[in-house]
Amino acid sequence: MRVFLAAALLTLVSVAALPRAAGQGRGGPANAGAAASAAAKASAPVDMTGYWVSYVTEDWRFRMVTPRKGDYQAVPMTEQARKMADAWDPAADEASGNQCRAYGAAAIMRVPARFHITWQDDNTLRVDSDSGMQTRLFHFNSPACNSPAFNSTAPPPGERTWQGYSTAQWQRPASLKVATTNMRAGYLRKNGVPYSENAAVTEYFDMAPLPSGGQVLMVTTIVDDPQYLQQPFTVSSQFLKEADGSKWDPTPCTAK
Amino acid sequence: MGSNAVHRKMSQPNSAKLAAVCLCLLACRTAAAQMEITGSWAARNHEFLTGDGLPVDFTGIPLNEEGRMRALSYSESQLSMIERQCQGWPPFYFVQGPFGLKIWSETDPLKGNVISYTIGAWEDRPAITIWMDGRPHPSRYAEHTRAGFTTGAWEGTTLVTHTTHIKAGFLRKTGAPSSDEATMTARFYRHGDILTVLAIVEDPIYLAQPFLVSRSFQVSATPMSPIGPPCVSAYEGNTGQTAPHYLPEKNPFVDEMTTKYGVPRDAAIGMPETLYPEYRKKIPPAAPAR
Repeated sequence: MRVFLAAALLTLVSVAALPRAAGQGRGGPANAGAAASAAAKASAPVDMTGYWVSYVTEDWRFRMVTPRKGDYQAVPMTEQARKMADAWDPAADEASGNQCRAYGAAAIMRVPARFHITWQDDNTLRVDSDSGMQTRLFHFNSPACNSPAFNSTAPPPGERTWQGYSTAQWQRPASLKVATTNMRAGYLRKNGVPYSENAAVTEYFDMAPLPSGGQVLMVTTIVDDPQYLQQPFTVSSQFLKEADGSKWDPTPCTAK
Repeated sequence: MGSNAVHRKMSQPNSAKLAAVCLCLLACRTAAAQMEITGSWAARNHEFLTGDGLPVDFTGIPLNEEGRMRALSYSESQLSMIERQCQGWPPFYFVQGPFGLKIWSETDPLKGNVISYTIGAWEDRPAITIWMDGRPHPSRYAEHTRAGFTTGAWEGTTLVTHTTHIKAGFLRKTGAPSSDEATMTARFYRHGDILTVLAIVEDPIYLAQPFLVSRSFQVSATPMSPIGPPCVSAYEGNTGQTAPHYLPEKNPFVDEMTTKYGVPRDAAIGMPETLYPEYRKKIPPAAPAR
């Protein structure tokens, strides 16, 4: 009896300890590298690959049409950011080759588009958008993922790009966390609401079933930018799973 | 009394203690697999807020023909009617309105498990009780209330709730209707100090497709009120002899979204195809905006 109880106790202690890692919050050290030792693809708790389409039920007038200059409702901008936005000149952006400013990592998931998620290799999740023809790479098991500075705004070495450098981590039981830095300065909204090159983006990808069938991908995006934002800019966007890529329609960036 | 008997007598209380510890650990495990959602959550209003649009702003709502007809007949002057001033909004409003959330739980005093969570009310928002004790939803003939009837269960670290028995109301303050057959499935995702709620509203009467809304809240050290100020109705110029409305094709605001924001009429009136990216190709370039 004692042996049985001792064994039961030991088992329960082990079992009770297991999910504590999952219970930690954003960037919790107990989570860091939870699945880092195995290849990210093999240890993926959910399958996010496939074609996803933006389901634009919120912020329609800021996303589906280009808002007029000065229409930046609900963005917690600094005074400096307002001046920048008021000076928005899409023709100048196009002339200078900066027509992709509204398609950077801080805004791309808000752009009405189709997204194709695939595994580029065992530790890199790739997200392509047809609108703006952008490619994001989420690096699992990179040194940055396993460091305490996972959320650090210090950019990794390398040239800044619209999509920056993203590190990724599975968060048990079924969530994906992505941290992005090293971006080129861009726009949160197409009408010139700016974010700086020092902005840091944290995203959470969560999947859910639709009660009537189908799947939803929800992406929560948090943009930290002390230069242009008074507080982190937080939005969440929904995507519906599509059966195939038959509606995939690559379209270059436009500034207007 | 032999030595074995003494041993048995001595070991029984220890066995009981061990069993109790085991049960406690099991309970801890269950709790650890969940997330703490109680407390005060400040709204992060960086997305569209219901009610801040123009009168005919049904953008992003996949209305069917009946829903659209009903929505276009709505006049916001209805809120001047005494009986409607304090009607409040349906439960979907908690992820659409500007207010934060105060969430608390009721626990079983003996077992320690959560019986229910409650999302506090505000002046125009009902409190929502989420029953976690496995009780069934009431009969389809049971009373429908403003908050509806909600049950919940944990799926890993995500709280999933389902709401039925909602009174007919509105999907958005601008008049997009919801029927008493509407249901809401909500998922609460906690990521550190951010709580993101995804609400999926289905309505066989007024919606052609599910309506999805989500909102993020940030944990707040400042306690939020579990109730709002009381709603007090008063005479606002409507004697109650008429219900303000617009007849078909007579809504004077139907083109305001177009003239002010360059939003095509089809999008303003909630045509389902306008929710997808390809619709942008149908939007005239350089749509007028002023």
